[in-house]
This record gives sequence, C-alpha cells and structure tokens, in this order.
Amino acid sequence: MEEQVIKFGKNMVPVADTLAPGHSFCIGCGEALALKLACKALGENVIISMATGCAEICTSPLPVTSWRVPWIHTLFENNSAVISGVEAGSKILMAKGKKPQKEIKYVAMGGDGATSDIGLQALSGAMERGHDFLYLCWDNEAYMNTGIQRSSATPYGASTTTAPAGKISIGQKTKKKNMVEIAAAHDIPYAATASIGYPFDLMNKVKKGAETKGPAYVHVFVPCPTGWRHASDMAVELGRLAVETGVFPLYEVEHGRYKMNVSPSTLKPVEEYLKPQGRFRHLPEEEIKKIQEMVNEEYERLKAKVAAFPLA
Amino acid sequence: MSKRVGLEASYAVAEAVRMADVDLIAAYPITPQTHIPERLAEIVANGELDAAYIPVESEHSAMSACLGSAAVGARTFTTTAGQGLELMHEVVYVASSMRYPIVMAVCNRALSAPLSVWGDHSDVMAVRDVGWIQVFCENNQEAFDLMLWAFRVAEDPRVLFPVMVHLDGFTLSHVTEPLWLPEQEEVDKFLPAFKYQFALDPDKPMTHGAFGIPDIYSEAKKAQEVAFLNSKEIILQSWKEFADVFGRSYAPVESYKADGAKTLLLTMGSFSETAKIVIDEMQAKGESVGLVRLRLWRPFPYEELRQAVKSAETLVVFDRAVSSGMGGPVCSEVKAALFSEAVKPKVAGIVGGLGGRDMSVKDFERVINRGKEIAKSGSGEIIETVGIRG
Repeated sequence: MEEQVIKFGKNMVPVADTLAPGHSFCIGCGEALALKLACKALGENVIISMATGCAEICTSPLPVTSWRVPWIHTLFENNSAVISGVEAGSKILMAKGKKPQKEIKYVAMGGDGATSDIGLQALSGAMERGHDFLYLCWDNEAYMNTGIQRSSATPYGASTTTAPAGKISIGQKTKKKNMVEIAAAHDIPYAATASIGYPFDLMNKVKKGAETKGPAYVHVFVPCPTGWRHASDMAVELGRLAVETGVFPLYEVEHGRYKMNVSPSTLKPVEEYLKPQGRFRHLPEEEIKKIQEMVNEEYERLKAKVAAFPLA
Repeated sequence: MSKRVGLEASYAVAEAVRMADVDLIAAYPITPQTHIPERLAEIVANGELDAAYIPVESEHSAMSACLGSAAVGARTFTTTAGQGLELMHEVVYVASSMRYPIVMAVCNRALSAPLSVWGDHSDVMAVRDVGWIQVFCENNQEAFDLMLWAFRVAEDPRVLFPVMVHLDGFTLSHVTEPLWLPEQEEVDKFLPAFKYQFALDPDKPMTHGAFGIPDIYSEAKKAQEVAFLNSKEIILQSWKEFADVFGRSYAPVESYKADGAKTLLLTMGSFSETAKIVIDEMQAKGESVGLVRLRLWRPFPYEELRQAVKSAETLVVFDRAVSSGMGGPVCSEVKAALFSEAVKPKVAGIVGGLGGRDMSVKDFERVINRGKEIAKSGSGEIIETVGIRG
C-alpha cells in the first residue's frame, strides 16, 4: 500500500502516526512533538527501546499503550544495552534462518538524564561496539519526569529543583555537557543535533540516522513548558530561538567531519531566548552577559571545526 | 552414544551452551567466571556456534542486552559472579518480571569488602527474591546437565522464567573431572527450538514493559507469583524427561545415606562432595548421620524438604553466607519451612566456607558434632561460624 503523505513544499510528511494520540504529555510539550515527528520519520519497520522518563510514562500505562510499533521499556540507564540485544538478537535469528529477512530500524530513545548521566556508559559501550542503531536523545535540559532536577545537560544559570537559584547561588553553575561531541568522539558514522523549531530538518536527520549502517546519534532539543516555565504555546518558538541565538546550533558530524545546517548571518542576542523562560528570570545583567560570551565562544569553536574538517 | 571426557566445569558449561545452539551471548568477564565467556568467545570465533557474542562494558549491560535479545525471541545466555551479579541486580528483577527466559551461570563468589574473588554464597543470597528459578550444582556432570536443562525449562511456554545455575567459584568452576557428554541428537531431542510467541516484531507490534499504576501492580505481581509456583511442576516433569533421554535423574532435594539417620547435615553446592565423605567416615564409625542437599533453591521445595528431614532428630544446616543480624540464610528458610510441621527435627545452623575458606572432612565433622550439641542444648537460635581463628 502506498504511504499517504502531506506535502510541505519539498517535504513529504506521512499522514500515519505510529505514536497514537491519547498519551498524557503536558500541554505544549516539545518532547511529545519531537517524538511524533520522529515516529513519522521512522515508519513501521522499527523496534524502539525507551529509557524510563517522561516519554515512557506518558505513552505506556498498563493496560493501555500509545505504541503501534514494537516497543520495549525496562529501566532508566540501560536502553542502549537493551537495543544492543534487540539488534544483535534480531540479526542472528535472521542469519540463522529462524526469522524472515527484513530491514528493521533499531532505535533507542531517552531523555537528557538517561543519556548524558545515568545511561552514558551503556550508550558509549553500544556505540563503541558498533551496533546498528539510532539513539535519539530528547533534551529538555533536566530531570523533568521526577520534577525538574538538574542534569549534566542543564545549561549554566538555569534554576532547577536541585540546583535552585538562591541568595548565594545563580542555580546551575556548570556548563552543559556536550553529548554530540561525546558521541562523535566514538568516530560513529552519524551524529547530529536537531530542534523542534526545525521540524523537517529533525525528521530528515532521524531518517538519515535510522538508515545509517552502524551507530547514529541525534540530540534533539525539546523545550519543556513545565520545567522551563515558559508559555505552553512557545515550545516551537524557543526551539527556533535556541538555534537563531547560537545557544543550540544545528549541525551534523559524520566520522569527524562537520556540517552546519542552519547558519544565521548574525546571531540574535541570547537574551531573546532567555527572557521568555522562568528558569532564567533571576539572572542579573552581568550573568546574561556571561552567558552571551559563553555562547559566542562555543559557537566560534564549532565554526572553526566546521572550517577545519568540513563534510564534503 | 555419550562420550566420557575430562573437562573443567566452566568448559562443561560452555559446551552445554554450544550444544544448546544458543543465539546470543552477552557477558562481562569477572573472576572466577572468566573461563566460561572466554571459551564461548573462542567457540564463536571458530564458527563452532553460530551466535551473536556481545562483549558488553558491564554486567548491568550484560543482563540488559539479554533482555533485548530474549524480547526478540533469541535463545539467550549470560554468566557472572559475585560483584557482577550485584551490579546487574536491578536488571535481574526485570528479567523475571517481564518473563524473559534468559539462562545464567553464576560462579558463586564472596562479596566485598574485603575484596575476595573466592567462593561462597553471599552473591546467591542477595538474589533470593528476584523471581528466577535457581539450582545448585555439585560437580561437573551436574554443571553440564543443569545448564542444558535450564534452557528447556526456562523456554517452556508454561514457564517463561529465567534460570540461574549456580556453581561454586573455583571449587567447582575450575575443577577438571570426567563427565559424560551426550550426542547432539540426544540434546536436540531433549531441547526443542525456542519459539517465543511474544517476540518484538514490526509485523505484530507489542508493548513490552509498560508501567504499573497502584491499581494494577499488585495484580501483575500476583500473576507472576502464581506462574512462578506453577513452574515447579514443569521443573519436575522436565527432570523426568531428562532422565529418559540421558539416564541421569535430578530432584529438588537429594538425600545421601540419610535413611534412618538421627542427624542430618544439609548443604548446597560443591561442598556436598566433601560432606558425602564425612558421612561415609562417620557412618563407618557407627554414627547415625546422613546428608541432605538442596538442589532446587527457587521455587523453594517445601514439600520435598519436609519429607527428607521429618524422621531425623537433628538437622544441621550449613550456610556459606551470613544474613547480617539474622544468621545463615538457608538455615532460616529451612526453619520457616518446618515451622508448621508437627513432627520435625531440631535445627541448628552453622556458617562456614566464607570467601573461599576450605572446608575439610574434619571441619564438616566438627559442624555435625557442634550442631548436635546446639540442638541438644535447645538453643535453636544460635548461629556459629566454623573454623574462625582467635
């Protein structure tokens, strides 16, 4: 049967959703949107392993499920290891003739906590071993499922429940861990960033990652109205502002070679991105200035890498 | 025709895995289990077994990869010991709760601290409640046989629970002795191909591992427990079928020269071999002693144990682990099993063989004699440790 698609300019988006509606994400959730788009890009021939977190809880309360594709959740920190077993197990069964040959995409998904903190070892192991899988990190920059606790992906200056802004603290004092660089350091065939502010770019990257032979990693920026304390109609806009200010640049790395996907001629001031969010509201002017300097520095460093090791 | 070969117990385990035509092995090396994953890696590298071998980066990932593998319907094996079993602890619960028939060989090892790579049953006792079928081996033949059997019982559609096969670190895992290896046709006759009806497959989408709200969690756990208890019947039946094919029979509780004995010693694992010698020697001296060994650790064989010990006056339970603040864990379980019986022996618990400390025939004689004294004095709660200096 031919797939039904909606045409947006040169982009075709499948009508069918493998993530059924009726899930319980918050209103205006950026992660729900990213998940829906990713599922459209992945299609039906997929097996998903998901870490404990918002997306897992919101889609699978026994005895119902939002999943129209095979899906497995076991624990918080192990989904890269689980997908290793799913992939290797499926392939050996096909190789031994115990299952019919089929092109299946093996996809692990987890939040920024599951990915950059508690599950980092398992992810590193799976990438190093070269499993044929795509890892999708939904980065909403804190442990949102348990109530907005800081993670290593929380940006400098953000206030969270375990790194709160207070009389003698600005909140998060550390810089956001750069997961794409960590993934790319495994010399994997494909690593990229994506944002819900650029839905077609996101879907294309998910598709590309899933079709890549070997490990692929896509780090997806997903604003969280509940945790970031922004208006519930602003997730997509913040997803764009993060890119336009250089806070979250969109780029791809293939075997160490870089490509910038969106390169604004001039970056907007970070203040435009920080201002609509309650988590940054306490920051004095000098801290905003400091964040601007940090963003500029990181952005320049990325541009230098793109210039030094361009992707043909 | 079976053939008689000399084989280290670890290699006997690997041979059983090969003959079982396992599809996927995910393992992390840890002393004293290393010879099993090493040999399996060699077997796979030489094309003697067509299997995926995932050299994972930790035991946590070993068991997690096994979950994924079993979820797609692959015959799945892993192996660990001591600290490794502790590291995979939370995943071990998931394997049984999600009813994945993973098979694991555990080379029993003491737990830190102090660091000890040597054998005892501390690691086993930390996984008493995880919902796996668990058996103990006494020698190399049992290690081979029970490993093969484990796949059969785990994958039975009426069971679908993971199985742990325990072999004592070093005192069994590294021992070489003769055993009978069956022909492949005999193995194939006993062990059918794994057909998993709940496999993750895009043609038949299924959700594995949905979460349980308070309204449903208790029902899920109850259903699991009923299924687990029901597995006992299949365990017994499959041992009978094992005997039909291979001529060796197994039982949840096995007695050695125990008929009419006034005092019984209860052991688990490889030390039972030494215990048998002491029973022989003491009987030769005219003493009324016998041995009972627990093979099936989970589900706990209540009925078989009660039958095995009911005529004795004294039961001395030997533990290779301590449940801090409570004494020997096997002893307390045995006491619980006998509590409601009208006729039962007095039970004394003695702990020994910790962290690789050897237990000689003389030591076991002390265990029996001291156990008798404790039982006679009526101080049933005393737990003593044998062979401690100073």
